[in-house]
This record gives sequence, C-alpha cells and structure tokens, in this order.
Amino acid sequence: MLDFGLIIKQMPAILAAFGVTFGIWIVSMLLAAALGFLVAVARRFGPKPLDWLLRAYVEVFRGTPFLVQLFLLYFGGPYVGLSLEPIPVALLAMTVYGGAYFSEIFRAGFEAVPRGHVEAAECVGLTRAQILRRILVPEMTMLVLPLCVNMAIVLLKETAVLSIITVPELTLVIGVIGSQQYAFVESMFLLALFYWLLVELCGVLGRWSEAKLSRFRFAPS
Amino acid sequence: MTEVSTPTGPAIVVKGVSKRFGDLEVLHGIDLRIDRGTTTCLIGPSGSGKSTLLRCIAFLEEATAGTILVDGAPLGFTEGPDGARTRLPAPSIRAVRAKIGMVFQQFNLWPHMTALGNVCEALRTVRRLPRKEAEERGMAQLRKVGLENRAGHYPSQLSGGQQQRVAIARALALEPEILLFDEPTSSLDPELTGEVLNVMRALAEDGMSMVVVTHEIGFAATVGRHIAFLDHGRVLLDGPPEEVFGAPRHPRLEQFLETYLDRGAATLV
Ligand SMILES: Nc1ncnc2c1ncn2[C@@H]1O[C@H](COP(=O)(O)OP(=O)(O)OP(=O)(O)O)[C@@H](O)[C@H]1O
Ligand SMILES: [Mg+2]
Repeated sequence: MLDFGLIIKQMPAILAAFGVTFGIWIVSMLLAAALGFLVAVARRFGPKPLDWLLRAYVEVFRGTPFLVQLFLLYFGGPYVGLSLEPIPVALLAMTVYGGAYFSEIFRAGFEAVPRGHVEAAECVGLTRAQILRRILVPEMTMLVLPLCVNMAIVLLKETAVLSIITVPELTLVIGVIGSQQYAFVESMFLLALFYWLLVELCGVLGRWSEAKLSRFRFAPS
Repeated sequence: MTEVSTPTGPAIVVKGVSKRFGDLEVLHGIDLRIDRGTTTCLIGPSGSGKSTLLRCIAFLEEATAGTILVDGAPLGFTEGPDGARTRLPAPSIRAVRAKIGMVFQQFNLWPHMTALGNVCEALRTVRRLPRKEAEERGMAQLRKVGLENRAGHYPSQLSGGQQQRVAIARALALEPEILLFDEPTSSLDPELTGEVLNVMRALAEDGMSMVVVTHEIGFAATVGRHIAFLDHGRVLLDGPPEEVFGAPRHPRLEQFLETYLDRGAATLV
C-alpha cells in the first residue's frame, strides 16, 4: 500500500527543492541559448581559426557525458584554482554543456534559411549586420523552435544529475526524504510527477509559440 | 575608360564581362548595353548563362573580368588603364547597387514579414524613414501591383502570383533606376503568369528600364525593345525583336525556339 502521508509532511522542503531545480533549469537554459547563439554566429561570420576552435568546443561537450563534465568541473576545478560552490558549478556546467547543443541547433537553423532570402536583402541594400538581425535571426528562430523545446526538456532532465555534487535540487532532496521515511517508491513517484509537470509545461509553451509562428511558416514558393 | 553619367546615357553598360566558377568559364566576354527606359529580354537555352549574367549585374556574383557600369558608375570594381581591377569599398558598392532592383524566380519574400513589411523593410532599415512614411510609400507600391488589400497578409497566405507581385513592389520601394527579373513567372502555375506579366507590361509602359530573363517568348517579342540571345556564355544575337526573331533566323535560335514550341511553353508572336 502506497502511503503519501509521510512525504506530504515534508512538502515545504520539497517545494524549496523544486524551486532550486526550476531556477537552475531556467537560468542555465537562457545562458546556454545565449552562448549557443554567440557560438553559432561566430562560426558563421567569424574567421576560420575561430570556427575550428569553437567546433572543438562543441565536439568535446557533445561527445562526453554531462555527468563526467560535472565531476571534472567540481572535483577537478580546485586543481586549476577554480573552487566553486555546487550551485555556481551547476550553472556553469549546464550552460557550457547546453551551449554546445544550442549552437548546433542555431547553426543548422542559419543554414536552413534559403540563400535567396539573404540575396533579396542584399539587393535592397541591407548590411551584413542588418541581414543577421532582420532576416537570419527571425527566420532561424522559427525554424528551430521545436528543437529548442526539445533541448529545454533534455536540460531539465540533466538537472537530476546535479544531485551528485550535492546541489539541493529535487532528485537529491526527495531521494533523501524517501530513504529517511522508508517511502522510496512514493518519493520516486512524486519525483517523476514533478519532472513530468515541467515537461508538460514546455510542451504547452512550445505548442503555443509554434501556433503563433505557424502563420508565416511553410510559405509555398 | 569611364562613361560620363548623364540622364540620357545608357542605364547599364556591360563590357567584356567574363565569369568563371572554378575551372568552368560560363560567361565569355559579354558586351551588352541597356538603354534607359527600355525593356531588354535575355533569352537562351538552359545553362547558357542568363542567370549568371543577371546576377553579375545585381552584384550577387562578382564578374571575374570586365566592367559593368550602372548609370555610368562602375559596379564593384574599377579597371585601371593597365586593366588591373580594384575592388571598391562596400558603401560605394551599396550606393551603385541601390539603383538596381531584383526580382527572383523563387520570389524570396521574407516569410516572417507581411506583404507590407516586406515592401517597407528597406525603407525602414536602409533609408531609416519613420514608420508612417515608409508605410505610405509601401502602400503606394502595393497599389501599383494591385495588392493594397493584401498588405497585412503573410507570404504563406498569398498565391504564387500575388507573392511575385509583392516581390516586384518590394524591388520598386527604393525607386531603383533599373529592375532585373530572373524568370519571374517560371515557378508559377500557368494561370497565374498573366497577372505578373501584366504588372511588368505596365512598368515597361511607365518607362522603367528592365532586364528580363524569360522563357515567355511572346512577352519578349511584344514588350522587349531589345532581345539578347545567349548561347554557351556568349551573346549570339542582339537587337530589336523584329530583327532577332524575323527571317532569316539564326539556326541556333531556330533550334531553341523549336524546343520551346515543342514543349508548348510559349506561343511565338
Ligand atoms: N554557383 C555556381 N557554381 C558553379 N557553377 C555554376 C554556378 N551557377 C551557375 N553555374 C553554371 O553556370 C552555367 C550557367 O548557369 P546559369 O544558371 O547562368 O544558366 P541559365 O541560362 O540561367 O539557365 P536556366 O535557363 O536553366 O536558368 C551552368 O553550366 C551552371 O551549371
Ligand atoms: Mg537561370
């Protein structure tokens, strides 16, 4: 018989942990998207050596598990003079990891904008910076929106990994409560429910913004 | 040698323009003169270099040799007395390009802007006009192509013919001296080509200088004051339609026209 009574009593602590998860998720997602955008722009418009350097960054951070990156930063950081508290480490690791993925999403988005749309802008005299701001970014955004929603969900689930460096987020807190109260299944059930709620929220926001954008998508040509 | 810029001089002079893509030279020393206020039609078989020539004139491709004068001003490069080419600075290139408007086969409207937004974009971003003035001018251009009642529509909500007319209005917004068209009706359903050709006809009657790459031989023969027939990257025939299409026809042109009539793609006038 599942008994949620014991866990309900711990609700304030659980809600605080939920706040930590939610906060880290949103902040690191925004930072990662910003970093990814800058990387994608630099790779498209910057000099070749910069492109190679950034490509290496993307390969390394996409090619290794987040867990390993987090460990290295948290436990290896002090060896190179980088001693940070768990939450700053979490934000930094999530941003750098997510930034690699976001940059690839944006890069593919830029490439998917038809060349002719850029040529039309050149013909009416827009400068390179204006073309980026007025044509490439808006068009790219609507192309990559579904991929960004997906990425948000991936990042949300990766926050669970932060428990191993003692960030007081949902997985850590509920796990501890569950084992203290001998209510392991109940606590995991609750944990799944919280994550699922957040994923649903993503889905709703994603569908809403896609509907808003759909009127200028798929232009027949 | 530079032409003197006078309002009566030719709109465009193409002198010895060659273009190569890697090892492949697709234009071999093209000479062409576009008179002010007239329509020139470029015709020729697929792969003959029509689009490439037009794109060189729009500076979407950079010619590998020769010069192009727009209104007497060199486009992109100046040629010294010794034939050495120097690239002009970006603002000067933009200034010369501003005299040219371009209409593409694929319309290339910006999908995230309304019809009016597409037309006003350069007025706002390049000319920096206040919104109200830009929109008034934009509406005037949409009226010219008969689409003032579609101003708030996004490209995806417009038919192909309407999209191409918006693209023409967009090209007209900066009041260019010359309009270039690359097969403006080739990606349209046959029943939609008429509305676009009519807009172009009206522009020609208004005295706009136009260069039109087209497979619409009927349009070329009636609206074109000047026909240039390209073949394998060279201008093979160049003159008024009566002369180019009249007997005796050049065998290559005869062959080209037959292919077209076989396909039923045009009715020869
Ligand atoms: N960017 C490019 N790179 C390499 N080759 C090119 C490029 N653009 C055009 N070409 C080649 O140049 C030649 C002329 O092409 P172009 O598009 O100008 O022909 P066209 O006369 O417009 O043909 P069509 O009637 O099919 O449009 C072709 O052989 C084409 O393959
Ligand atoms: Mg072509």
